[in-house]
Amino acid sequence: MTTTPVRFSTTPRTGAVVLQGLAGIAGFLLLWELVTRTDLISSRFLPPASEVILRLVDYIRDLQFWRDTGETMASWAIGLAIAVVAATIAGFAIGSSRFLEHATRSTIEFLRPIPSVALIPLAVLLFGTKMQSSLLLIVYASFWQVLIQVIYGTLDVDPVAAETARSYRLTRLQRVRYVVWPTALPYLMTGIRLAAAVALILAITAELIIGTPGLGKQIALTQSGGDVTGMYALVLATGMIGVLINLIARFVEKRVLAWHASVRSEAAA
Amino acid sequence: MKAERKDAAPLLVVDHLKKVYPTPDGGVEAVRDLHFSVPAGQLACIVGPSGAGKTTLLKCIAGLLPITSGSVSLLGEGVTGPPQAMAVVFQENGRSLFPWMSVQANVELPLKSAGLSRDERRRRAEEALHAVGLDEVGGSYPWQLSGGMQQRVAIARAIAYQPKVLLMDEPFAAVDAQTRADLEDLIRTIWMQLGVTILFVTHDIDESVYLGERVIVLSNSPTVVQDDIAIDLPAERDQLTTRNAPRFAELRGRIYEQIQRAKHNRGTESIQVADAG
Amino acid sequence: MRALTILKNAAFILALPLLLILLWWLGTLGGTNFYVPTPLQLIVTFFQTWFGERMVEDVLPSIGRLFAGIALTIAIGIAVGVVIGLFRPLRRVLEPLLEFFRAVPPPVLVPLLMLIIGVNDQMKVTVIVSGAVWPVLLNTVEGVRGTDQIMRDTARSYRMTRTQQLLHLVLPAASPQILTGVRQSLPIALILMVISEMFGSSTGLGLSILQFQRNFAIPEMWSGILVLGLIGFGLSIAFRIVERRILRWYHGLREVQREG
Repeated sequence: MTTTPVRFSTTPRTGAVVLQGLAGIAGFLLLWELVTRTDLISSRFLPPASEVILRLVDYIRDLQFWRDTGETMASWAIGLAIAVVAATIAGFAIGSSRFLEHATRSTIEFLRPIPSVALIPLAVLLFGTKMQSSLLLIVYASFWQVLIQVIYGTLDVDPVAAETARSYRLTRLQRVRYVVWPTALPYLMTGIRLAAAVALILAITAELIIGTPGLGKQIALTQSGGDVTGMYALVLATGMIGVLINLIARFVEKRVLAWHASVRSEAAA
Repeated sequence: MKAERKDAAPLLVVDHLKKVYPTPDGGVEAVRDLHFSVPAGQLACIVGPSGAGKTTLLKCIAGLLPITSGSVSLLGEGVTGPPQAMAVVFQENGRSLFPWMSVQANVELPLKSAGLSRDERRRRAEEALHAVGLDEVGGSYPWQLSGGMQQRVAIARAIAYQPKVLLMDEPFAAVDAQTRADLEDLIRTIWMQLGVTILFVTHDIDESVYLGERVIVLSNSPTVVQDDIAIDLPAERDQLTTRNAPRFAELRGRIYEQIQRAKHNRGTESIQVADAG
Repeated sequence: MRALTILKNAAFILALPLLLILLWWLGTLGGTNFYVPTPLQLIVTFFQTWFGERMVEDVLPSIGRLFAGIALTIAIGIAVGVVIGLFRPLRRVLEPLLEFFRAVPPPVLVPLLMLIIGVNDQMKVTVIVSGAVWPVLLNTVEGVRGTDQIMRDTARSYRMTRTQQLLHLVLPAASPQILTGVRQSLPIALILMVISEMFGSSTGLGLSILQFQRNFAIPEMWSGILVLGLIGFGLSIAFRIVERRILRWYHGLREVQREG
């Protein structure tokens, strides 16, 4: 997101807005139900909404579904945590020295755009269908999201503040703690929010393609087994997890940055 | 004393204008009852205390806001949307020019919607930029210029459009004093050269007296006309002698008094109107 | 002096990559590592594997689908985003739905669309579009929604037609956000190109590198990863060039604002 000039408060009545949104969802489900019930779209391709939702309810009552969800979320959480910690440390190390920042720039610019799915064969080769395969992809994809934001953040330090800190003879560690860290924190939070979404994508991808245990693998199984309704129900479930992750990430970001005048927009990469 | 002029036909008539902003609990009355007219070729200033609904009034006249009751008419025709014969210069210079276009393109853009040929557009834009003393900057982006120069571009854009009426909403509020004085003189010059009718909204009493032939003083919100004063200063004005003239001080004092009255007159302020359907 | 600056910059750009390659070369010096080929091996394999029949049969079709998908993504995302962004009631009704679609991990669309469309080029392009379109779409909505009120008033007061307002005001004003959306969707498009080929397909880059792995053709597998890396790198460079051109005014404006 980039800067938008003055934003007028567009939500004078949140109740009405929520209601309109719910109306949108209800309308969508109704449309879905109608096109399938009238055979406009064959239920072989798209089963009625009601059936999919009922199946989702079945899943929610099923322990196996929760076990799969747990697997997916575990690789998501572990992978994200590794990426965030590693990228934060690396980001601060690189960002705190102009020399390092210059010297690593070309390498980062080359490695970052490599699609992490290119590493799928490598993951399979090294780890087979174990969780480590998922982790390799997740960590690789999320790492860059956080790293780039942290480096931008450390470069964004107000020169006056940096000079003030130096003139008061703060040690390097103190400078990081009191000057660099507060400046970079909003960027870090943005990086984590982006990485959280990317990590889920890669977790599901690994399960789908490689067959590491989790919801993605179940989707692949329903597909090969011809269980169309089950597949749609699981897709719906992954979407809900995605929404949940976005909401939590935004909430945490807002909470952490509550003291900050403006929740920063993501740095242009 | 009301400065009614019967000699020139009114170009712009604001007839018992009322504006209520709709809100969930009825509405907020911004403008209560405004009634005045501006004859062709006049330079009229509108002053009022902050929050007097000056911008609301101007947007209603410009056809940018729907009117609750009453009417605005220009050249005898009711204003329902932005009229052809009108151009507006807004206060926020940095936000009314399009930053993705060169200065020249900004000035030419309204002429495109008026359907002029490319050559004609260029000619008019160059003339207008020349008139505001910006011959050299056509190729620059607006944000490369100072605030005062940006406002000159906005003025050039307006005069290139060749309107009958020019509305200006506190156009010099954001520039420094020296630039402001230059721009005031620019407005006087353009007005005398082009014979265009100007309605100039400001909160600055000195500015209104210096610029206008007439000053309309607004009350606090919900707004009515508090006073309407003819400025009988000579047509040739300059920053030094005009501002030092005793008559200038008298007029200034009188308007100041009216503004103070308007400000302290809090009885009518922000009345919530229930069921303003 | 200038020559010196250029030399210094070149050193900064090349030093670390060269160092890494040197380490890699030293690490594989014995030539017995099963998992990692030597740098020379990789380069030779890279040219042998990809410059020939494979280029025409796998690489170029993959890139073609990728570009088709990106072009459609941008066109559809902007068109739909503008419509939704301009009409507030529509936006209010659709916003939660769109947020949901954005949150669905795009790879799950592969089995879904395979079922509906079958395994063919249309399916692969559709997968790319249906996964990558959301960042463009939602950012366009945000950008259009945020069009400055004063600029809108200016356009209206000068009686600009709807088309003129769209071309000269709404789209340029939203362009920084639209391009942010495009930047976010490019990697998704690339990921989906690869996955759509890995998951049930008979040709394409994604399938090729998976097959190399299955046949334990390790240097070939690495060279495939390199190809994907180069495509990703090329995509990000191309984007940056285009972005600089389109948003020259925006970066200049930001610079001025930061100083001011």
